[in-house]
Amino acid sequence: MKKTLLTLMAMAAMSATALAAEIKPALVYGTGGKFDKSFNEAAYGGAEKFKEETGVEYRDFEPTSDTQGEQAIRNFASRGYNPVVAVSFAWTSAMEKVAAEFPDTKFVIVDAVVDLPNVRSVVYKEEEGSYLVGLLAGMASETGKVGFVGGMDIPLIRKFGCGYVQGVKAANPDAEVFQNMVGTTGAAWNDPVRAGELTKNQIDQGADVIYAAAGASGLGVLQTAADNDKLGIGVDSNQNHLHPGDVLTSMVKRVDLAVYNAFKDTQGDAFTAGVQSLGVEQDGVTYAVDENNKELITPEMQAAAEKAKADIIAGTVKVHDYMSDNSCPN
Amino acid sequence: MTTASVPLPNWISYGLIPLLNLLLAFFFSGLVVWWIGESPFEALKFLIQGSLGRGDAIGFTLFYTTSFIFTGLSVAVAFHAGLFNIGSEGQAYVGGLGAALAALALDHYVPWYVTMPFAIAGAAIFGAAWAFIPAWLQAKRGSHIVITTIMFNFIGAALMVYLLVNVFIVPGKMAPETRTFLEGGQLPKLDWLMALFGLKLGPAPFNVSFLIALVMCYLVWLLIWRTKFGYEMRTLGISPSAAIYAGVPYARTVIIAMLISGGLAGMMALNAVNGAAARLQVEFVAGAGFVGIAVSLMGRSHPVGIILAALLFGILYQGGADLSFEMPTITRDMIVVIQGLVILFAGALEYMLRPAVVRIYQQFAKG
Repeated sequence: MKKTLLTLMAMAAMSATALAAEIKPALVYGTGGKFDKSFNEAAYGGAEKFKEETGVEYRDFEPTSDTQGEQAIRNFASRGYNPVVAVSFAWTSAMEKVAAEFPDTKFVIVDAVVDLPNVRSVVYKEEEGSYLVGLLAGMASETGKVGFVGGMDIPLIRKFGCGYVQGVKAANPDAEVFQNMVGTTGAAWNDPVRAGELTKNQIDQGADVIYAAAGASGLGVLQTAADNDKLGIGVDSNQNHLHPGDVLTSMVKRVDLAVYNAFKDTQGDAFTAGVQSLGVEQDGVTYAVDENNKELITPEMQAAAEKAKADIIAGTVKVHDYMSDNSCPN
Repeated sequence: MTTASVPLPNWISYGLIPLLNLLLAFFFSGLVVWWIGESPFEALKFLIQGSLGRGDAIGFTLFYTTSFIFTGLSVAVAFHAGLFNIGSEGQAYVGGLGAALAALALDHYVPWYVTMPFAIAGAAIFGAAWAFIPAWLQAKRGSHIVITTIMFNFIGAALMVYLLVNVFIVPGKMAPETRTFLEGGQLPKLDWLMALFGLKLGPAPFNVSFLIALVMCYLVWLLIWRTKFGYEMRTLGISPSAAIYAGVPYARTVIIAMLISGGLAGMMALNAVNGAAARLQVEFVAGAGFVGIAVSLMGRSHPVGIILAALLFGILYQGGADLSFEMPTITRDMIVVIQGLVILFAGALEYMLRPAVVRIYQQFAKG
């Protein structure tokens, strides 16, 4: 009986895919690698969700250098993969070249803008999400000192840091924010040990909530914070479950949605090019509350965060975007 | 008499033994591939096809090769003077600054062949400058060059990120990189060279810096084996105390050797910055400086050997990327394992097979 059911289900799934447009989606990760428990893994999650729902297989690739990224995007396009989704601003110039070579293929780039008729650019208002977790950090901190550990000192990470500082100051104008970067090379995204040391240093200076925006290095931040009975804040994916009770919240950036929607829209012939800027209003960025951290988020904190969310959407609170003038007010 | 000192004909030392080492490396790589459940022959086919099978594949392979020739020469020159320069990575990175400045300053006004000498000079001077302080510290203060050069890699990376994020970035852009050079600042592709062999280069970034690399190979050969300074360098490399006793000026030789080494590393930027990307990007060196160490070791620090070793690594880089693209079960980490095995067998275990080869050779020579 079970077997027949399974067969029936498989047949149903097969016919469902046959009905929808035949697509061959492809995904190119950032150089951090697929399983970073953060940015790239969120993208992977979106692709997996699509595969689960539709049964359509996809291909993915983890480049190790800029040259390889461009090759991978071109290889997918030239073999008829459509859409080709590339996550990370590192593929901006690659996307500019390849998308122009294959005008009939749909491309999606995450975290950067490529102005071509067949490219959808998905960018996030990281400053808004970071503002929310900053607000929570400012309220949760008992010492009035909080930390930020970024991966590399690049504009994207400054954008995170800038929003975070504004949120902290909104909760507690006298709060002190320590900011450190893990490194100056690509290895900075994959160095949890050094990230942990920086966290330790910030804790020694009095910080009791530390926000990580450092790819896989962030795992070291959360680990060190948990080991010292302080609070960490995760990034990109919901990382609350990594150390239940010791991760205050996570700044969730819905990269999974960008990938999922790209696949889904192409399948349903509803693909649109152009820039999608996803902020709090579109649920593109938010703070995560689940069973792992609900003890940590008091009702007042939740209320404050929800109010901030509503204010951002209403426009009464404007979170300064570092990218708008390459500077941060604080 | 130990087998190590038995003289062997050149074709055995420089032809047969490296070939056997390479076969051994491929054999063990094949075992690894087989162990994860893929066909080693299929994998080898993808590796070769992906690196040599099409015009654009060859173009990519030679593009990587060009970078590795520069960094390989860089390591080799220092090595002849007994210096282990593992700072080629940082020297190439800073060299990119010199190459990019020349292109940014001139690309509006002059064609590429006018910019090229300035870009070469800029890359070489900035690369050399980055090698100068470690060289001076080694020569005058005895600070070990291995330590200082590797530290300078990080200082170089910090400097470049700072400059790219705060000075050179195009406002409003996410990626920390300079503006794109106009044609006057780029090095043109060598599609005509490929066309001579009836191949189409396609999108591969194979460019004029390959020819510059070959010229540098010849110049390095001249320097090391045909000049007085090269002789002094080699003497210093084989026995510092004998060299100093014979009147070789230690500090001067060390510093000049390192400046040449740094300059060659810096010129790697011509390929990646002026040739391929047409802009200065973060992390454009992407490990080529470290690959240069393996290339130099495998190439026995001789320009011809370096060209061959650089080609081998070009094949492994390009073919490896293609292999992991075609066979998703072979991840990028597996490619690193295969590259590691080649370095292990062909570079580090250079003398492993030698005693056996010597014994067989002696039997034949007797008979």
